[in-house]
Amino acid sequence: MPPSTAASESPSPTKSSPPPRRSAWSGAIEYAGMLIVLFGLVLIFSSLSDRFLHWRTLTTIANQVPDLTVIAVGMTFVLIVGGIDLSVGSILALSSVVLGVAMVDGQWPLWGAVAACLLTGTLCGMANGMISVWASIPSFIVTLGMLEIARGGAYMVANSQTKFIGSAVEQVATPLPGLQLSTTFLIAVAVVLFGQWLLSRTLFGRYCVAIGTNTEAVRMSGINDRPYRIIVFSLLGLLCGLGGWMQTARLATADPNAAVGLELSAIAAAVIGGTSLMGGRGSVINTFFGVLIIAVLQTGLAQVGASEPIKRMITGGVIILAVLLDAWRNQFYRSLPGLLNRLRSRKNSTVTDS
Amino acid sequence: MNAPCSAPSTGEHSPLLHLEAISKAYAAPVLKAIDFGLQAGEIHALLGANGAGKSTLCRIISGLTAADSGKMWLASQPYRPREKSQAEAAGVQIVQQELNLLPTLTVAENLYLNRLPHRWGWIQQGRLHHLAHDALMQLGLDDIAPDTLVGSLGVGQQQLVEIAGALSQNCRVLILDEPTAALTHREIEQLFQQLRRLRAAGVGMIYISHRLEEIKELADRATVLRDGKLIETRAVSDFTTQAMVESMTGESTKELQAHTSYRTDRVLLQVEDLSRSEVFAPISFEVYQGERLGISGLVGSGRTELLRAIFGADQAESGEIKIGGKSKKRFLHPQEAVAAGLALVTENRKEDGLLLSQSIRTNTTLSDLPSFRRRLGRLDQTQEFEQTAGIVDRLDTRCQSLDQPTQELSGGNQQKVVVGRWLLRDAEIFLLDEPTRGIDVAARSRLHRLMAELAERGKALVIVSSDLEELLETCDRILVLSAGRLTGEFFRESWTREAIMEAAFRGYRQATASESA
Repeated sequence: MPPSTAASESPSPTKSSPPPRRSAWSGAIEYAGMLIVLFGLVLIFSSLSDRFLHWRTLTTIANQVPDLTVIAVGMTFVLIVGGIDLSVGSILALSSVVLGVAMVDGQWPLWGAVAACLLTGTLCGMANGMISVWASIPSFIVTLGMLEIARGGAYMVANSQTKFIGSAVEQVATPLPGLQLSTTFLIAVAVVLFGQWLLSRTLFGRYCVAIGTNTEAVRMSGINDRPYRIIVFSLLGLLCGLGGWMQTARLATADPNAAVGLELSAIAAAVIGGTSLMGGRGSVINTFFGVLIIAVLQTGLAQVGASEPIKRMITGGVIILAVLLDAWRNQFYRSLPGLLNRLRSRKNSTVTDS
Repeated sequence: MNAPCSAPSTGEHSPLLHLEAISKAYAAPVLKAIDFGLQAGEIHALLGANGAGKSTLCRIISGLTAADSGKMWLASQPYRPREKSQAEAAGVQIVQQELNLLPTLTVAENLYLNRLPHRWGWIQQGRLHHLAHDALMQLGLDDIAPDTLVGSLGVGQQQLVEIAGALSQNCRVLILDEPTAALTHREIEQLFQQLRRLRAAGVGMIYISHRLEEIKELADRATVLRDGKLIETRAVSDFTTQAMVESMTGESTKELQAHTSYRTDRVLLQVEDLSRSEVFAPISFEVYQGERLGISGLVGSGRTELLRAIFGADQAESGEIKIGGKSKKRFLHPQEAVAAGLALVTENRKEDGLLLSQSIRTNTTLSDLPSFRRRLGRLDQTQEFEQTAGIVDRLDTRCQSLDQPTQELSGGNQQKVVVGRWLLRDAEIFLLDEPTRGIDVAARSRLHRLMAELAERGKALVIVSSDLEELLETCDRILVLSAGRLTGEFFRESWTREAIMEAAFRGYRQATASESA
């Protein structure tokens, strides 16, 4: 749900007038496309399966998405500054295994293990950022390397074994009494809201968008882009650590094989939410909707009994469809004033000035 | 002499290209019921301020955009191109302001990209070479080898290659949008010769340029657009430059204001022995508070590189920069230069000036963003709007809203946004690289007035321009760079065009053969 006050400051040119603030409507329009797709999917699945529209199904979905959500938020920032991170799955696995080994083999307290887990993720992300920024190597290549390094690290730390931790770590992922939502889901929602605030309301967010739009222009405006790009990668690393903790808690195990291919889900979620792979455009809230769309599809298709091949094909189709819809939506809003003018001039048969 | 003919119907003998009531609207109406006729063997200038609709009209004629309503005829046949390729097949060629060449391919490949001679899918390199050679010779470009990579050519030469490309195809109507913006004097002469030859051969040409002297020299008739409306079409022979400007702006121009110097004795910026090997030799000069210092010279003489080195965008190898007599150092990053009160308006606003997809507001506040910072790093967006609105008002930037992406603005208004960024930042020393290139008369005179205002308020300005008239009009003093060396310093009291031009060529004459930049 979009926060009513945080009318998004997204670069897509919705119509607005000179007076200071945008209307609440422009914010609603920002999110309308995603919401329609999401509700459409829920409707389709509820009509196909009478078990779908139950609070229980919905909370199950909600409690499964926190790890993907926080990583997709970080990925949105990385994509906005014009980078990409392919190593998130491996970093998540490494952080998760660090957590497991610390608790099981090291008998660390939970808070210490979690701190080590978050630190691991942050350091990996920072390495990604520093190498790609200082050596001017495309982040695609650096993180492709990190994908292998962190995965290897995870195997090494865990000695290629899955660590079962058990109830000591499960607490945060278990549904709270009442709404049946887990603490991790609430944390993820908080991360989403904070991320959107950071992106659309702060200096940091503005610099990220500007850097992704035209790094050279930003540089020539007297801004050093490098620290910002490193911070963005470090932030994603931190969120990978957070996601690692969340996943470990949810499964009660730390698995060095975990989260293979997670980078593609995170990128897909961001892209479904309208984030540009060229940088300079994106919305954290819409990325969250992207995550939910993927999760609803997965669960819904499983419930109606779709086979694995079909599930994958439909998920792929929805990704493409969502991006198409987004492009059409932008085109439509851009052509709206011209369209109105044309109608008006046809009606009056004289050309009036608007 | 001339009766003011409004909305002329060129009905003497049927024109080569005829437009009737062409209208087009994007967010707002851009063209309103334009009637236009182009005769065969005519060079027809299209005049107007930026945003008047010239480019849109050309885009419609050349099939890049469709009109909302109206009709077109080409040689008395109904003509309605849906794509550029259809217009090209019908013999309508356009050379746009922006270069459309692929830098990684050779000149020959670029010229014949859409019709490479081939057999069984294999490119016939020999034939391609000959064809390209002929096409280049047609324009007298014997110094460009067909197998040079386009990326290794200068901007001016690339422009000429593009024109050669248009001429090598079936060409009945040729549209040229600011073809001379990046050309040297000699290249312009070369181009004009060819255009006159084409005119004699019966080609109809639509010629857009902000350089009114060129139009007086070259064109037969001129049509003026203003705010999307056709104001008048007149023979150039009885259309004075003064009248053109008045017609474009819709207001009578005041007498050229006498130049006032605001120069003081206080040195704001001092450059000492700054050098970058292969680019420019050690250069020393100083700029005074309230001074407008021009830097003249040929394209490639090192002017842009000098400004970039001062600003820290490129690293100079030796030398010092003093700001206000203090801080002896060179800047390692533009960040340091901006912190010291410098501003650089770059040559290519689209490449390293603007965030094109972002709003006017985002672009205007970019370099002064920390001043809008509130608690927790939050941006005061209300304040941002107010400040931006102030700048937009002050520069008379034409826009629909402050949230409009800058890519939708015309060139002149884009330039105002870039300059506005530094006004908001309240920089002390302005480095302006070709500040009025490719922008219309009205925006240009607004920027010139702004330069005077800034000088009056005690700022120091360094203005690089290829347009000597502009420097003569605005500056207190002019330095001349030639082949990377300072070859002259001229004061308003004693300068002459001839002396400045002579200085601009001096460095090349001394280093006869070693010039390739």
